[in-house]
Amino acid sequence: MSTTTERYNNTAIALHWLIALLIFAAFPLGLYMSDLKLSPTKLQLFSYHKWIGISVLILVVVRVIWRATHRPPALPNSISKLQQIASHVVHGFLYVLLFAVPVSGWLMSSAKGFQTVLFGVLPLPDLVGKDKELGHLLEGVHQSLNYILLLLVVLHVAALIKHRFIDKDDILTRMLPEGKHK
Amino acid sequence: MNYLRHAWLLNLLLLCSQVSAVEFKQVQTNESSVTFGYKQMNVPLDGKFNKFSAQIAFDPAKVANAQARIEMDVASIDTGSADGDDAVVGKLWFNAKAFPSATFVSTGLKSLGGNRYEASGKLTIKGKTQNIVAPVTFQAAADRGVFEGSFIIKRLDYAIGEGEWTDLGTVANEIQIKFHIVVNATPSKK
Repeated sequence: MSTTTERYNNTAIALHWLIALLIFAAFPLGLYMSDLKLSPTKLQLFSYHKWIGISVLILVVVRVIWRATHRPPALPNSISKLQQIASHVVHGFLYVLLFAVPVSGWLMSSAKGFQTVLFGVLPLPDLVGKDKELGHLLEGVHQSLNYILLLLVVLHVAALIKHRFIDKDDILTRMLPEGKHK
Repeated sequence: MNYLRHAWLLNLLLLCSQVSAVEFKQVQTNESSVTFGYKQMNVPLDGKFNKFSAQIAFDPAKVANAQARIEMDVASIDTGSADGDDAVVGKLWFNAKAFPSATFVSTGLKSLGGNRYEASGKLTIKGKTQNIVAPVTFQAAADRGVFEGSFIIKRLDYAIGEGEWTDLGTVANEIQIKFHIVVNATPSKK
């Protein structure tokens, strides 16, 4: 346990947690608002959900660019090759969904005829024309992708718990702000 | 030469008499539309009335005599959102049971030159009447004329959206109403 684990840089850490926080807000909000009866609150919540989603999309684009230009720390050799592959696969899928979930929401909004106006001021282009059936289909796609994302987040957190409490390594400190770990 | 000059005069007379003899009054509902635009959370949405009827009598030579009456079937509203269509006929919005139709009845038409006019009239929605003034254009090709125009109403003037919906932060007060009415001409009775 004498290995000094190399950390992610501060920008990568900030982006990871900011995106995580936004998803933890948008996911339950999405579940809650869908079943509401039409009210001003419902319209507001839908807009907030869409603004959060587009924010995630923007941050994910920044994050991918950042990651492509800044090598993340390599996984320590204490972790088996198989586990390293599993880790890369899950992380790869997480990146795909971080992108696909907001885009599917944006597509769904366009198909349902509700343009996305970011923060109520910046109208985003509609990606597809208004189409009731397509809207319904994309709603299903958006939901399914969210449940896949949830599953991946559960795996992600399960791995964290395993490393912390079973392997007792400090791998998770790589993604914690400096000074917050021993 | 004399003959030619007279022919020209005769043509002019004929033209004048033709113009005054044409009255546009056969509304082509299938080709016409009454649509509206509004904003919720600053998101622009379009809606329309699927069912409406219109009676129009318009003689370009007698603008002051023009008459129009448009009656919209409130329950036929398409708000641009399925969620909205169910809610909007309810009591808080249009109360379609008690007020099944919204009407526009003209009170006057003024020529603004060229094909531009200014229509004034009374708009009644949900039992509340307001005077409105709308710019209108009229384009005629042979015996087919098209009226087009738009005007803005404030929904709260008609109590469209009561209770929690009086909040203008979500659904804006301004509603733009656009009309496109195709009217065929019939020779007017002298």
